[in-house]
Amino acid sequence: MSDTLMSDAVGHAAQASQVADPFVMSFSVFILAIFIGYHVVWNVTPALHTPLMSVTNAISSIVIVGAIIAGGPLEMNLATVLGLIAVGLASVNIFGGFMVTQRMLAMFKKRS
Amino acid sequence: MLSANMVALAYLVASVLIILALKGLASPESSRRGNTFGMVGLFIAVVVTLQLSSVQNYAWIFAAIAVGGLIGAVTAKKVPMTHMPQTVAFMHALVGLAAVFIAVSAFANPVGYGIADATGSLHVASRIELFLGTFIGAITFTASLIAFGKLHGSLSGSPVTFAGQHLINLLLGIVMITAGVMFCIEPSWTPFLIMLAIAMLLGVLLIIPIGGADMPVIVSMLNSYSGWAAAGIGFTLGNNMLIIAGALVGSSGAILSYIMCKAMNRSLFNVLLGGFGGDAPAAAAGGAREDRPFKSGAAEDAAFLLQNARSVVIVPGYGLAVARAQHALKEVVDILLKQGVQVKFAIHPVAGRMPGHMNVLLAEADVPYDIVHEMDEINPEFADTDVVLVIGANDVTNPSAKTDPTSPIYGMPILEVSKAAHVLVIKRSLSVGYAGLDNDLFYMDKTMMIFDDAKKACESLIQVLD
Repeated sequence: MSDTLMSDAVGHAAQASQVADPFVMSFSVFILAIFIGYHVVWNVTPALHTPLMSVTNAISSIVIVGAIIAGGPLEMNLATVLGLIAVGLASVNIFGGFMVTQRMLAMFKKRS
Repeated sequence: MLSANMVALAYLVASVLIILALKGLASPESSRRGNTFGMVGLFIAVVVTLQLSSVQNYAWIFAAIAVGGLIGAVTAKKVPMTHMPQTVAFMHALVGLAAVFIAVSAFANPVGYGIADATGSLHVASRIELFLGTFIGAITFTASLIAFGKLHGSLSGSPVTFAGQHLINLLLGIVMITAGVMFCIEPSWTPFLIMLAIAMLLGVLLIIPIGGADMPVIVSMLNSYSGWAAAGIGFTLGNNMLIIAGALVGSSGAILSYIMCKAMNRSLFNVLLGGFGGDAPAAAAGGAREDRPFKSGAAEDAAFLLQNARSVVIVPGYGLAVARAQHALKEVVDILLKQGVQVKFAIHPVAGRMPGHMNVLLAEADVPYDIVHEMDEINPEFADTDVVLVIGANDVTNPSAKTDPTSPIYGMPILEVSKAAHVLVIKRSLSVGYAGLDNDLFYMDKTMMIFDDAKKACESLIQVLD
């Protein structure tokens, strides 16, 4: 579906005041994701709880998306510089988190 | 440039890959593929964000990614497995700080974030989201730094308590929330910075009263906070991928905190109140134990028992890691396996300094994961076990947790080693464990104490067994 079609559809729905606030949509996603997290994480074997913590570190560094947007403008001001620092901090975690997780997981071997 | 719908769909793919990364951790076989899914997910997220029309500052962004990535990669390659708890704590601090910087940046340039109305001032919903994101990020940042210091040993692990501590925290909390409410009514820098400063101070004050050995709970809790901080940024940006990833991490950390609390038979509230694990109870328990008889033996006696056993269960504790004895212990295990003895490991959930830490330390020493068992799996087997070898563990084997209702650890789930035919305990002295309690196990008829450093004891065992 093209963007124009989509916004047309949204426009019509809004006229009928049937569109929920974007916050409510986000909140729905948030609650559903907590349920997914609950079920997925209880299935993680206790032996892998340390890799779970290091990989979740990498995953929460998805805030790099916000950092890139913050550091995105060419004009250098407080907002851009803070964004760029945040890009660096999140990168430490993304690379560090995934690589140390991989290093740990490679150690778990079966009896030969 | 991708259309807005394409961007949203690409973010959806990334979200699914992130869920699969966690799902993979259900077993060691699927975990490595899961980790790859996670990497691809984050890669898609970053690439899609980079091609947004508002993102132009490529040189600086790539420089930041390169510098950060290099630091992360080198750390990941070099960090010793015994240092994983403080490494993870430090990474939580980075997520918290990044969240704070993004929130400050968004407040400084709300138009660039698309969170301003026509007059250039912030939407009310965005004000609330910024308030929540900033203070969760700030608390995560400083609290994780203190947790890092305690775990790394650069700060004392003993709890710091003073009169009126909880009252001060409460007052600070009220001031912080008041500043936050003022910010939501009329956004300006003064209440924002007051809120930020108090949140950072609270992060420090909330963690200093908590003892070093309670850190597994705290690290898990901060893991959870870092997720909520990410979700908070997601709400500010209206980005579902960040909300999903943040919620996954948030619930993961919460579940780990719950598991750790349950394994210590304590409530999260009790841990957070702090003050547990000081020196006072250890000194108090010192008097009574002098006159109780116990048996002690040498490496030869231990080797004799082990060699003639049909089945051996090894109970490792954090003392094993402190003595760096994992590799020597693995050699002992190899010799016993070769001699036809069935050997298993029993892991208590709080055996290390973070959830699952002992499993990683054993895996690093090449102990195959299919002979390493969790508490609930192995407890029914102790009655059929000939010899249990306890090495560097104490409170988690104390039978009074089951038998003595007056014991402070009564009700805590333990490894029921006292049900085995013989128990060997390698320990430097009869000193008390973290809970400050004497361990009845040491004085049982079936127990033989081997007073030595864990590594030296394993090395002597290797010599005698070979």
